[in-house]
Amino acid sequence: MTDQNDTIVDFKNIQKTYDGETLVVKDFNLEVKRGEFVTLLGPSGSGKTTCLMMVAGFETPTHGDILLNDVPITHVPPHKRGIGMVFQNYTLFPHMTVAENLAFPLEVRKIDRSAISEKVQRALDMVRLGEFGTRRPAQLSGGQQQRVALARALVFEPDLVLMDEPLGALDKNLREEMIFVTHDQSEALTMSNRIAVFNDGVVQQCAAPDSLYEEPNNAFVAYFIGENNRLNGTVKEMKDGHCMVQLDDDAGIVEALTVNVSDTGDRTTLSLRPERAIVNPPEGEYPNLFEATVQEVIYMGDHLRTRVELCGHDDFVIKIPNNQDHDSLKRGQTVRVGWRADDCRALDA
Amino acid sequence: MANAEAAPAPQTADVMTTADGTPLKVSLARAVRKSKTKAALLVAPLLLFLVITFIVPIFEMLTRSVSNPEVATHLPRTSLALQQWDGNGVPSEEVFDALVQDLKDGRKSRTLGKVATRLNYEYSGARSTVMRSARRATRLDEPPYRDALIEIDKDWGNETLWRVIKRESSAYTAGYYLAAVDMEYTADGKIGKKPEDEQIYLSLFWRTVWMSILITFFTLLLGYPIAFLLATMPSKHSNLLMILVLLPFWTSLLVRTTTWIAMLQTQGVLNDMLVWIGLLSEDGRLQMMHNKIGTFVAMTHILLPFMILPLYSVMKTIPPSFMRAARSLGATGPVAFWRVYVPQTIPGIGAGGILVFILSIGYYITPALVGGQSGIFITNFIAYHMQTSLNWGLAAAIGSILLLLVLALYLIYNRLIGVDNMKLG
Repeated sequence: MTDQNDTIVDFKNIQKTYDGETLVVKDFNLEVKRGEFVTLLGPSGSGKTTCLMMVAGFETPTHGDILLNDVPITHVPPHKRGIGMVFQNYTLFPHMTVAENLAFPLEVRKIDRSAISEKVQRALDMVRLGEFGTRRPAQLSGGQQQRVALARALVFEPDLVLMDEPLGALDKNLREEMIFVTHDQSEALTMSNRIAVFNDGVVQQCAAPDSLYEEPNNAFVAYFIGENNRLNGTVKEMKDGHCMVQLDDDAGIVEALTVNVSDTGDRTTLSLRPERAIVNPPEGEYPNLFEATVQEVIYMGDHLRTRVELCGHDDFVIKIPNNQDHDSLKRGQTVRVGWRADDCRALDA
Repeated sequence: MANAEAAPAPQTADVMTTADGTPLKVSLARAVRKSKTKAALLVAPLLLFLVITFIVPIFEMLTRSVSNPEVATHLPRTSLALQQWDGNGVPSEEVFDALVQDLKDGRKSRTLGKVATRLNYEYSGARSTVMRSARRATRLDEPPYRDALIEIDKDWGNETLWRVIKRESSAYTAGYYLAAVDMEYTADGKIGKKPEDEQIYLSLFWRTVWMSILITFFTLLLGYPIAFLLATMPSKHSNLLMILVLLPFWTSLLVRTTTWIAMLQTQGVLNDMLVWIGLLSEDGRLQMMHNKIGTFVAMTHILLPFMILPLYSVMKTIPPSFMRAARSLGATGPVAFWRVYVPQTIPGIGAGGILVFILSIGYYITPALVGGQSGIFITNFIAYHMQTSLNWGLAAAIGSILLLLVLALYLIYNRLIGVDNMKLG
């Protein structure tokens, strides 16, 4: 796919089981390029942390290879992998000062004393904690501890930095090549070059944040990233990349973009982002137009979050931008709701 | 308290007050008084218990180690008369007169035994001197008594005995403490070392301390890996291991000690086995019981849980991710263990160490049963003086020194590691 020298980590068909009965990671393939910031996103228990631990060397893949700079690292012990790692709870050593914590990776590498103190100070300055070298980790706030942990992972200039759910936002200037495990979506969307959405031990989709949000490949990604309205139905007819879907209970026919259905008669989940549904659109502009009853209007400041009953679903959400054009909606009011066929994606059932 | 503080202060605008004008501090004191009273009442039973069973006995022991009432109480006239004596030469007739009166009274009230025993601690042979003289003194009716008494027992002509009586007629004495550290008053009343062949306590103190240090060290050596295993194993296995660690607690101390006798004695299991596999000849059986080895092995075994449990409770709180972090930062396993794991277990090492050391320095039953002559501890001599020689003053003095040793150790520990750092559970 790309020049081999560009690839820093390559997961090849990784499988992992702890008990010999269930696979925690089923078939994990991911290539991370130099300079990339990749986030593994997924519900808890989906195998994200296990993948990180396999890169760091604390878990062994049951099957498959991990290549670091094109070298298989399955049998390289953790301390020789040269990977910076930020753990979930930061793991700053409580019996050492901040400076001693930062000096630790340098000392075990037998680096010259004067060089150590220089590098430590530079790393501390980088995370804007230059004055805090003599403090103990317990005397720092959570955010400061996180920055120290990051500085410690960077101070020995590793090729790759792994972070397991760091909770605060990171300074964009600090980032190198990073794989980043998180359950915080906005964190992932704003920071990453690419996001790998994890579920059930498999990468469901790995793409840039915008395409992940705009063009989810399957129902899980659509459901997991951001908010979306889901309508279930059966494909009736397919033509030119679009398809006609008969909603369940004869609730209507929707024209949608064909994404993850192959034939007529397939079951499908239609996914529509709440901000793409338009209330009372001009006549004839959208192929999909349905009657809806307003159930609830929540004032959110920049937009009105409106829940309506539509085609038998009473959890259909519409985000109406708070501008001068919007109609004031009342509970129980009947409106028409329309959307474009391209905004409505026909995904797997 | 707050009331008293607030009252003299002028009610200026600076004093914060509640809505009805009461100073805020007074109001607060009133509000928390109820909960403070409740807390005090809850603590009271234990506090009372501690005072009665702990503080009072310790105070009693400290008092007894210096108190010296026998001579002053039971030879009152002699004590008084000796105040005039300058300590040189045999005292005057007045003193002998007083002594004869005291001896006669003492024989009647049967209190002379105590004085005689007390003086015997300081002047060997004084017991028979006093008792014999008292028997004969009943027949002495007329003064002068001086020559008559000296004729009954020539020790009355020895000024050293008189110095001892004069010295011991004061209500307090350092004699027991001197005896406890192998010192004594020499014939001329100065403080000096006891003769070589009578020195026992200092070497016993020393043995007690170094064997306790050795036992503490070995419990740490044996306990650390077990505690580590306990803290890191999955709980379904560690529960079983924990039961094994606690098993000794559920067995009688005597049973455990006698088991070691059965194991280690000359005709015991271990010797039999070594002979059977040919490592030892029948004549070459090892003497492992009734000496230091016996005390050391049995006590290390018995005190091991007291090391493991504090270590375990500290290790349990160290997440495995610390070691992982150290490894990912480039440290090899041993380096990560030594530089990251061990320093975090220091509170547990300190707590376990001080617990085992203090327990072992005051241990009694096991050394008494398996220690023989060379393996007994200073505590066994406290018991001996309590039960056999009935020299309670000396027992109290040795006990107080032991208490002082433990306190000193505790202070050193506090200086080095800090008691706040100690974690017992």
